Amino acid sequence: MTAVVKKQLNQLSLDADVANGFFDEMFGREASTLDHYQKLRGAFNQITHDDFKTKRNSVDLAFLRQGVTFNVYGDSRGTERIFPFDLVPRIIPAKEWEHIERGLVQRITALNLFLHDIYHEQRIVKDGVVPEHYILSGKHFRREFVNFAVPKDIYIHVCGTDLIRDDKGQYMVLEDNGRCPSGVSYVLENRRAMKRTFHGLFENVGVRPVEHYPQELLKSLQHIAPAGVAEPTIALLTPGAHNSAYFEHTYLARQMGIEIVEGRDLLVRDDHVFMRTTKGLRPVHVIYRRIDDDFLDPTVFRRDSMLGVPGLIRAYRAGNVSLANSIGTGIADDKVMYYFVPKMIEYYLDQKPIIPNVPTYLASEEADMKYILANLEKLVVKAANESGGYGMLMGPKAAKEEIEEFRKRIIAEPRNYIAQPMISLSTHPTYVDGGFEGRHVDLRPFILCGEKTVIVPGGLTRVALRKGSLVVNSSQGGGSKDTWVLYGDE
Amino acid sequence: MLSRVANSLYWMSRYIERAENVARLLDVNLQLLLDFRSLDDEKLRAHWLPIVQTTGDQESFVKQHQRATAAAVADFMVFRQENPNSIVSSICSARENARMVRDQITQETWEELNRLYLFMLSPQARQMWTDSPTDFFNQIKGSSLQLIGLSDATHIHNEGWWFSEAGRFIERADKTSRILDLRYHTLPTRGLPKSVSQMDTLEWSAVLRSCSGWDAFKSIYGAEVHPRHVAEFLLLNEDFPRSVRFCVERLNDSLRRISGVSDRRFSNDAEKLCGRLAAELQFCTIEEVFEAGLHDYIDQVQIKLNNIGEALFNAYIFKAFDTDGEEHFVQQEEQQQQFKSAIGNRKF
Repeated sequence: MTAVVKKQLNQLSLDADVANGFFDEMFGREASTLDHYQKLRGAFNQITHDDFKTKRNSVDLAFLRQGVTFNVYGDSRGTERIFPFDLVPRIIPAKEWEHIERGLVQRITALNLFLHDIYHEQRIVKDGVVPEHYILSGKHFRREFVNFAVPKDIYIHVCGTDLIRDDKGQYMVLEDNGRCPSGVSYVLENRRAMKRTFHGLFENVGVRPVEHYPQELLKSLQHIAPAGVAEPTIALLTPGAHNSAYFEHTYLARQMGIEIVEGRDLLVRDDHVFMRTTKGLRPVHVIYRRIDDDFLDPTVFRRDSMLGVPGLIRAYRAGNVSLANSIGTGIADDKVMYYFVPKMIEYYLDQKPIIPNVPTYLASEEADMKYILANLEKLVVKAANESGGYGMLMGPKAAKEEIEEFRKRIIAEPRNYIAQPMISLSTHPTYVDGGFEGRHVDLRPFILCGEKTVIVPGGLTRVALRKGSLVVNSSQGGGSKDTWVLYGDE
Repeated sequence: MLSRVANSLYWMSRYIERAENVARLLDVNLQLLLDFRSLDDEKLRAHWLPIVQTTGDQESFVKQHQRATAAAVADFMVFRQENPNSIVSSICSARENARMVRDQITQETWEELNRLYLFMLSPQARQMWTDSPTDFFNQIKGSSLQLIGLSDATHIHNEGWWFSEAGRFIERADKTSRILDLRYHTLPTRGLPKSVSQMDTLEWSAVLRSCSGWDAFKSIYGAEVHPRHVAEFLLLNEDFPRSVRFCVERLNDSLRRISGVSDRRFSNDAEKLCGRLAAELQFCTIEEVFEAGLHDYIDQVQIKLNNIGEALFNAYIFKAFDTDGEEHFVQQEEQQQQFKSAIGNRKF
């Protein structure tokens, strides 16, 4: 489908232009509609342009009215924007999802075993699989917590793992977010919006629900209550109303029926955490914190943190309060550790990785370094501990000065950089300027670890709305789609 | 309930009420001006400045405006974000508070407040204001009333709800008293006025209308508008939902529902002060009020309302958590906790 079929009639056509060389979610590589998209195609081709525009506007307006927004940093007026939402859903057939699910469970199991190991015996280091210096130099490795036993041995309770598909349609892991991954509220709100807008379609297509996420999250939080507390009080700790994900924090707290607290609502007495209520102090047992380690407790980590709670870490160490995610999981987000995840899977589980990594070069390995420096204009360079699309060099698209700037930085601080070949994200028909065009997408499923590991079918599909762009982050002009996991395969 | 949450709910409804009252006040007075002839600067000042004063911002207004024209006053009190008591500021503050307790209020309430907020910041708001101020003010009033209705009909009447009720009624009591005070300069310092001109009558009617009290007033006192009756109605009426007495009684009721303490006793200063003010308004005649001077009396009422607000804050929001009693309480809690865990860990 190289030629764009732009119909003159007032009738939509999903048959978008497929950019050469990429795998398209709807058309695959052969440019013919894949089975699991047939019903959607049929339904969308019935809709007129005007109808579609009306639907789009009413969805945007509903998001704005409901305050489904994120805060834009660096804007003194505290501007809130809606996260652009594309009405064409991304569809995953049952068989494919089963594969993804197995791969993600395998991965999170290995990551939790890895975290437990490096904070205890460090067998993986002693056996020479992961070099010790990489762990000790990890920005988010918390050596203070070596030999500390986290409740139920779970380190990462909530993980957002970013998946992409290469030019053959193979799923690959791009990165793991094991600290405070956000975006799940959009999964739930996008679904609500789609149900309002295309209610007939759901019945026809057979889409697995996502609405139970908050209950599952609550269960995994209850699971880690301190010993002996039968009815734990659970609170979500937010940085406050000016945080970019504040909508999500209130949304999840409301859905779970738990308190949402800021640091100033909590205080610590004799190593127990309490919240200030109108009736005095009330104990808190489990904290789902949406604040990074560094800001949790000004007496232990960053002294200038206004968001944290003095004494919280002592209470945590005393076992009187549990934190999700645990402290020190950031080391698993380190992009150098990412390189070792397939090795971890083999080491701890004695299995082959079900979903592979993207090929990765470590700047601190001599041979890799040579390769990186010789091929900068072909590679994507990432800082080991940045997220949100910051601290990144897109070699093929970068100006010469930018490449040279990164060259200097990599040489100065090799531990802090990795490089990957320019990744080809799959495309998906997306509504742009009155028609459908292929835009690059990724997928962030949310994995919950409690008594069981639970993954709500689907996740957040992020889409780079700018033509040709491979950056899907909301802070960089990305939007999102609803993700449909089917009961069947068509 | 979290102290911070209680505080936000209280201020959310206070700010909504504030926006509604300012809208009402401006609407009525803009219309009133239509009845006057030959207005010079001096007369305009005399008319508008007391209105600016009801929100306590006279100083910054005078600094920024040489002439107190209707347009200047309205702009200052409606759209000026730098004026913390303007309608737009009040709505922004209400919405900011609502956002902080988004998990505590219903979807319906949030959406309506958010809609009002988006409207106020949109160009349509200015356009509507230019085309028809009355339509514009009706939007604000209607939205506020809808929010009150939604809160009443969709929100569980729990502790947090009573905090928002408290906020609404303390604000309304204060605003009614300020609106009643608008024409004090036409009254003698003490006692009742000897005569009432036609102009006075119009202005006192506007006072009533600013409190949406015209119809209710007529049904009790007939069509003749005398300041004595207006003051009696707006201060001491038992049943009119915007009279100071009614509001203070509701406030008192809310405080009791929050603490669960009967109105024969009190458990904190807020309850004590509020009960006292309620009793005073209940057992006071309008003759006594005028004897003391209406303006002075209203001044006292406002001071008392402020004290109640402050006491409420101290009792529930800004509790000092390190007094001996509190320490003891915390220890008890902890002991219970430890006792529980001991049992939980025991294996037989």
